[in-house]
Amino acid sequence: MSQVQQENLHTAVQGAVTPNGIQRPHRTLWGDAVRRFFQNRLAVLGFVLVTFIAFLAIFADLIAPYDYARADFSRVLVLPFRDPLHPLGTDEVGRDYLSRLIYGARTSMLVGLSVQTFAVAVGVTLGGLAGYLGGRTDFVVARLIEIMTAFPGLLFAILLITVWGGGLHNVILALGITSWIGIARLTRAQLYQLREKEFVEAARGLGVPQHRIIFGHLLPNALSPILVAISFGIPAAIFGEAGLSFLGLGVNDPIASWGKMVGVSGAYVRVYWHMALFPTILIALTMLGFSFMGDGLRDALDPRLDK
Amino acid sequence: MARYVLGRLVSLVFVLIAVSMITFFLMHSVPGGPFDETNQPLPPAAKANILAKYGLDQPVWRQYLNYMSSVLRFDFGIPYQQPTTTVAELIKRSWLVSAQLGLMTIIVAFGLGIPIGIFAAYHQNSWIDTGVTFTAMLGITVPNFVVGTWLILFFALYLGWLPMGGWNTPESWIVPGLLSKDWIMPVLAYALAPLSVVARYTRASVIETIRSDYVRTARAKGLTSTRIMSRHVLRNALIPMVTIFGVEVPNLLTGTIFIETIFRIPGLGKFFVTSTFNRDYPMIMALVLLIAFVWGITYLITDLLYTRIDPRIRLGSKGVI
Repeated sequence: MSQVQQENLHTAVQGAVTPNGIQRPHRTLWGDAVRRFFQNRLAVLGFVLVTFIAFLAIFADLIAPYDYARADFSRVLVLPFRDPLHPLGTDEVGRDYLSRLIYGARTSMLVGLSVQTFAVAVGVTLGGLAGYLGGRTDFVVARLIEIMTAFPGLLFAILLITVWGGGLHNVILALGITSWIGIARLTRAQLYQLREKEFVEAARGLGVPQHRIIFGHLLPNALSPILVAISFGIPAAIFGEAGLSFLGLGVNDPIASWGKMVGVSGAYVRVYWHMALFPTILIALTMLGFSFMGDGLRDALDPRLDK
Repeated sequence: MARYVLGRLVSLVFVLIAVSMITFFLMHSVPGGPFDETNQPLPPAAKANILAKYGLDQPVWRQYLNYMSSVLRFDFGIPYQQPTTTVAELIKRSWLVSAQLGLMTIIVAFGLGIPIGIFAAYHQNSWIDTGVTFTAMLGITVPNFVVGTWLILFFALYLGWLPMGGWNTPESWIVPGLLSKDWIMPVLAYALAPLSVVARYTRASVIETIRSDYVRTARAKGLTSTRIMSRHVLRNALIPMVTIFGVEVPNLLTGTIFIETIFRIPGLGKFFVTSTFNRDYPMIMALVLLIAFVWGITYLITDLLYTRIDPRIRLGSKGVI
């Protein structure tokens, strides 16, 4: 046993008995997880960042000074901090940059959440069926996963966009199709282990119907790794959208997208640096926020790490 | 061993066939093609002639079989975007650029990442360690086109030290390519993420190994710390590096689309994007097959290397995809 584990075990034993010998109050897995999460400084920072981006996304209509599509051809390519009407400048067709940055948060969040919803629906279903049923179903799903793994994810998304054309819906669909694999593999592996456990066997012996075994016993126990996977899947999807839009394969004009703003800025960046700097900062903050939060969540949901 | 390798190769062939089928039928599943009227207004007879020349007038399954049989003869067809050359020729030219960029990136990522990781591990919980850990986190999280944009803004536009982009011709790359400033920013932007991964894993792995019983024994025996470091710690701590090598190398060698786009480097990634814009079927097919092949082979090599380095690992165990 390593030193760290010994230390952890030591503190865990100490924590179970309060100083005055009274039994501690009832603690649940989720209560513990929330407590651990908010004790983690980086996780809280991530939470704050994500909340901020989500706030921008939800209340974009109220916060943004202009509509994201409103172009003012008399004020094209204004540098930031020069014009009080456009504090962060304007873009190549005179759209207010601050407003487009705020609406960009909406695009990112929308893509991140929709793609993950898709990925979870497909991934948990296929992975769950494969892991629980085994046999022929498992064989088919495992081969499907293997083939999809041979495709580098973004490459396949680009292929799909090439065939279907760009646009918000197609971007979400293309990223969704390439992002369920991780969750499917995870769910499959989890159910593989869980279905042999004694409590499942006991439930089966008691005559619990199959769907209740799956939804009541197996999936709740596989929930925390899936949650962690989702928390890393959202930024991955946001990155995917930003990347596709950066290449010119993503959402269509006039929808605001940080990735597209960076991509377009390439032609103007020599003078109009703000067009590249601001959206990249927001992309970086979003990715950092989600990844701090994901790390915090992973640590919080792992009871072995209890401090 | 030979049996295992053979099995893996056979399954790789099946995966490649599946990948080629998916790509081929996907590309042919929508109406329209590279010779649409919008691109080139042609008289019907001439268009029929062109379609016949490229075999596009035949049913899709027929086209697929034709294509695969010529691939087996290493004939990948003619790219629609540059009909005067062949796909193989075009890939050879652009792959050289991507490989050269990838090679320099690997050297930087592993050459800097491993020492930084070891250094951080030996100064665990100091401010150096915290700095390394935090920078590594940034490097892993922030997308490389964002890092590339920042480098351009700072080094090329604000300070004016480095060129914004471009790349020397492959012919002159061995020494002049290193001397030119073209490669500094792309390699830095490209290497930051793998460098961070390498540094982070090295750090974690070295810390774990330093605490192990056999290192304590070695210390108790009175071995010098350099000897403990080289013979006991590093040898064991660097085993996980093989996995990272296996994951990163095919990525890096096959070229990144973003770095090549942002720094205007004529590599594979750039060609992939232009090919998708032009719906250049032969070029897309060849690139997808090439990348899937490189991935498959590298995974196999990684697994084999693993057993070489760590004899405790057995090949062919079940239940792992």
